[in-house]
Amino acid sequence: MSKQEQHWEKSKGLLMMTLAIWFVFSIGIFLFGAEMNEVTGPFGYPLTYWFTCQGSLGIFVILIFWFANRQEKIDEEFGFSERGDD
Amino acid sequence: MLKGNFIDNLPKVYGIYTGGFLGFIIIMSIGEQMGMSAKAIGICFVAFTVAIYAIIGYLSRTAQADAYYVAGRQVPTVFNGMATAADWMSGASFVAMAGGIYFKGYGYMALLVGWTGGYVLVASLLAPYLRKFGCYTVPDFIGTRYGGNLSRFMAVVVLTVASFTYVTAQINATGTIASVALDIPFQYAVYVGLISILLCSMLGGMRGVTWTQVAQYIVLIIAYLLPVFWISNKMGAGFFPHFMLADEVSRIAELEAQFGFVKNSAENLKEVPKGLAGITKAHSAVNATPWAFISLALAMMMGTASLPHVMMRYFTTPSVKAARKSVGWSLFFIFLLYSSAPMLATLSKLSLIDPSLPTGIIGKSITEVQAIDWYQNWNQANLMFVSDFNGNGTLELNEFFMGGKAVVLATPEIAGLPYVISGLVAAGGMAAAMSTADGLILAIANAISHDVYYKIIDPKAETAKRLVVARVLLVVIGFAGATIAALEIQGILGSVIWAFDFAMSGLFFPLVLGVWWKRANKEGAIAGMALGLISGAGYLVWVRTGGSGFLGITQLTFGIFGSAVSLVSMVVVSLITSEPSAATQRMVDEVRVPSGRSIIGKQ
Repeated sequence: MSKQEQHWEKSKGLLMMTLAIWFVFSIGIFLFGAEMNEVTGPFGYPLTYWFTCQGSLGIFVILIFWFANRQEKIDEEFGFSERGDD
Repeated sequence: MLKGNFIDNLPKVYGIYTGGFLGFIIIMSIGEQMGMSAKAIGICFVAFTVAIYAIIGYLSRTAQADAYYVAGRQVPTVFNGMATAADWMSGASFVAMAGGIYFKGYGYMALLVGWTGGYVLVASLLAPYLRKFGCYTVPDFIGTRYGGNLSRFMAVVVLTVASFTYVTAQINATGTIASVALDIPFQYAVYVGLISILLCSMLGGMRGVTWTQVAQYIVLIIAYLLPVFWISNKMGAGFFPHFMLADEVSRIAELEAQFGFVKNSAENLKEVPKGLAGITKAHSAVNATPWAFISLALAMMMGTASLPHVMMRYFTTPSVKAARKSVGWSLFFIFLLYSSAPMLATLSKLSLIDPSLPTGIIGKSITEVQAIDWYQNWNQANLMFVSDFNGNGTLELNEFFMGGKAVVLATPEIAGLPYVISGLVAAGGMAAAMSTADGLILAIANAISHDVYYKIIDPKAETAKRLVVARVLLVVIGFAGATIAALEIQGILGSVIWAFDFAMSGLFFPLVLGVWWKRANKEGAIAGMALGLISGAGYLVWVRTGGSGFLGITQLTFGIFGSAVSLVSMVVVSLITSEPSAATQRMVDEVRVPSGRSIIGKQ
């Protein structure tokens, strides 16, 4: 496998992981919205309510930065990273 | 005062700007103390901020195609994040979102999840690859990746349908705010709004829009957060509302149980002015089926990843790496407002319905409520209404009606904040609507000028001529949007959601598969775009004209049907026609490598 193919395989793996986490917090948990809302979540809000107004939203922010960093590491590993500029 | 080039000085420039704006708020509040009228304050806020945007727009004027279309590809990640957030958060987000949460609770909050979760798709599936591509517009990517004028043209059609649906709502919102703040009739105010919008974008194109959007973000976020924190502190609800409103949320649930949701008869409801609603849904309980919630969230997420005015913001970053990070910053800046909207809805609702609070009106006598100053103001503005349906002389929960906009616009006044805050909120709403309208009009005008005029009609046109065409189109599209907005045929929020559905119906899979499926070819993409858009639009018309729909897909989520048709037709047609040329396949390979020169720059 060429360097480029390996890089793409790893990138695809990262994509799958990112989409899996995304799926859980954008769709998965809301399958059980009614049940989850019985539980008290962070700061004392009902759990599902908390996810809709802070939890999922905040997790998405962190997920994107995490993804960006992981992808950068993959790019560096294969020498595809760009220099400088942020 | 400033050394070095503009980009290096950005933190300083916008730091001074923010300080200046805060100073302006203080001057206005001193003015209020000294007897300045509410109307004068409103005019000052809107006029001052719009003048600043116009100056930024003028200073960003350019005669270069690169600067006009992609702001010279040198916008730093954090600033591009702010610009995207302003581009993204429309007048609807600013004015109507808290109201939607207030009235519909959980079912509506699918929009919050959808409008943020979509950015994960943008960051992982599309933005970095489109940045590597080096295109000027979204149809530019479709046209180059799949080849042929027809695919390019179809992409322009989808883009125009989606963005135009969206832009009329934004011009409508600027008109509403301008007409209230400047006290002129709506039909004229729409054009005042339009001229303000064009001032930002005409001379500088994407460059002008970028730097005004950053300025607009700063105004809108201050205008949203300041009242939320202030009200929360004033009510004694907590000094940091986001972490401290659990008691208030459970108190609302308690009051809901105590009052009950009494259903009004159709006859009684006829009395209520159009557009106003009562509280009929639980605040924090789960009040929608999983599929209703998930389908709406999913439609908004896929729509987010297909809306060209957002995607093109990531063409302006200096590198692929920066494009990825920039998506994260965009969502962070959006998160600041979105996570505050439910808090504002909570504070607003509790302050109105809790009889133990001085501002509470439920349980008071109707005549007493009708004598309150703010009630009279907002009743006159057609945003509040009470009526004694059961004739007991006391206001019940089901006898109180409010417009969705009132949650953002009226809560500061109800909580007893000075008028300067209302002026600030008007400026914030104006900034939100203007920034989105600018991004949308520019997306349409650029697609038509670059992809239809330059790439299809006259490929030999010189830069100067291309930019003239681009600017003329900008004005024409702006006026077309304003003319339709002046007719007031649709509500603000409904048409915003439709725009997402149109975009995802036609563009989501052609964009995503363009990067992730090498086998996707021109015929497949054309079929995907055309059939996706037609079937989505057809479904909408069918449901609107009395069709029953299927699988629980409503007129708000018709994009789910449209995009499914798009996916199937794209895959089937791609597979039965020949695979893309070796050159195209090499191009896709190259897009997947983040370093090196952009694809289009090479040709």
